[in-house]
Amino acid sequence: MRASLPYALAVWRRNFALYQRTWKLNILPNFFEPVLYLLAMGVGVGAYITEMGGTSYIAFLAPGLVAVAAMNGASFEVTYNAFVRMNFEKTYESMLTTPIQPEDVLAGEILWATTRATLYGGCFLLIAMLWGLVTPLHALLALPITPLAGLLFAAIGIAFSLRIPSIDLFSFYFTLFLMPLFLFSDVFFPLEERLQGAWIYVAEALPLLHPVRLMRSAFQGTWSPVLLWDLAYVLALSALLLAIAARVTRRRLMA
Amino acid sequence: MCKRFGGKPAVADLDLEVPAGVCFGLLGPNGAGKTTALKMIYGSALPSAGRVLVFGMDVAREPRAVRRRLGVTLQENALIEALSPRDNLRVFGRYHLMSEPAIEQRIGELLEFLELRSHADLPVQALSGGFQRRLSIALSLLNRPELLILDEPTTGLDPAVRLSLWERLRALRAGGATILLTTHYMDEAERLCDDLAIVAHGKVVARGAPRELIASLLAPQALELELPAARHGALLNNLHSLRHAASGDRLTLYAKDAAALLDAVRRAESADAAELVSVRPTNLEDVFLALTGAHLSDGD
Repeated sequence: MRASLPYALAVWRRNFALYQRTWKLNILPNFFEPVLYLLAMGVGVGAYITEMGGTSYIAFLAPGLVAVAAMNGASFEVTYNAFVRMNFEKTYESMLTTPIQPEDVLAGEILWATTRATLYGGCFLLIAMLWGLVTPLHALLALPITPLAGLLFAAIGIAFSLRIPSIDLFSFYFTLFLMPLFLFSDVFFPLEERLQGAWIYVAEALPLLHPVRLMRSAFQGTWSPVLLWDLAYVLALSALLLAIAARVTRRRLMA
Repeated sequence: MCKRFGGKPAVADLDLEVPAGVCFGLLGPNGAGKTTALKMIYGSALPSAGRVLVFGMDVAREPRAVRRRLGVTLQENALIEALSPRDNLRVFGRYHLMSEPAIEQRIGELLEFLELRSHADLPVQALSGGFQRRLSIALSLLNRPELLILDEPTTGLDPAVRLSLWERLRALRAGGATILLTTHYMDEAERLCDDLAIVAHGKVVARGAPRELIASLLAPQALELELPAARHGALLNNLHSLRHAASGDRLTLYAKDAAALLDAVRRAESADAAELVSVRPTNLEDVFLALTGAHLSDGD
């Protein structure tokens, strides 16, 4: 069955209603995290680096960290939070007593994770702007990239969550998948300058690389044809994984 | 309908028809397949074979249309603990795509009907089990369901809360709703249900109104004795093997006329060590145990 937007929005509003109660606690760390990273890496480590990728180190770092914030925002929602709603809080079971269908649950959760990613990334973007690392105009250009990064990692995360039997496996997802992406996706150093030969092409498989490149271009207001590839990668992989998730959801939720 | 999990049948060939407007009980030991049967009725599980018609519609084909017209209270409360009952009801009303004014109006009615008003704005996690259960039932009533499905509605509740919930369910039934419930409390089934089915191993083993089942399967009166188990056989021989149930030293005999039976027991030599425990009307619990076995069955 195809997802219906009104029902998906009802699912989204369930999460939003809960978030409204807790946003004050949730949003504060969102402001501190970027400040801490920018201070330690940008100001601290950056003092020993004259330039990177043609800019100051802190200016190189900021766009990547915005993309990472979006990735993290989406990832927590579709992994731990979704798993708890699915298996412990019986949230989906109770939704399925109403006209809501499994596909609506999936669509609503993806929409919500994308929303959270936009909030996380948006906070970081705001800090970067106040710091003077991006002009308001370029920040506006960068803003729509946060939901794209969110959608991609919502799709990857939910495809994983729907297949695992135990919540303990998320520690693998975070330490063996998201952490390496964080470290090796152009966030801290220009990846392709460190790679040789065919490895440059292999690295293109890394999902975080593409939102980071899009974000950096938006920050700098530069354009290159490779951005089309980045955009296509994000959209195509999201669509593929969501199509797979849609098939699995029905089986997983309707025992 | 039939439902298998990895080859093992949870519901084997369950054939049931529930008329509109009655309160119907689905009884059975733990693991008998009651919850799975309910899930197939509201379409959150699909039968491995067979089909389920609700309001004349095949629920597997038209789940949205069917679920618009029914309400379900799950065995375990699935509430949003950080939110108040009022907010929980709002969220749930949106699952039915009700308009905001319609939701607010219905919330007012339900807070009244289930006596939740005093706690309507406290976080759910601060509420007692009785309040949480009433809220779960309120959620299932938001869309004014024609069919209300309740999976063990009163398990774990104190007697006062149970009584008040029974009274609410009777009011709903009087209002024309069809009620389908599972329970482990035979007194609950006896008091609430017009009609019931006892299932064991995924099949219906008895079906009828509580009084009819008692009359047709056992006898109206029960006599309970305490007698060493080794002597049960001799006594039953003396009494010409009437209907009975034994559990340890406790022997329960069923008869039309308990007074005459008591006389017969007193005359029987084999009963000289028997101690009379009680003479009482036969109840649904006797029928249930006779049909499903007094032994502990597999847990679910």
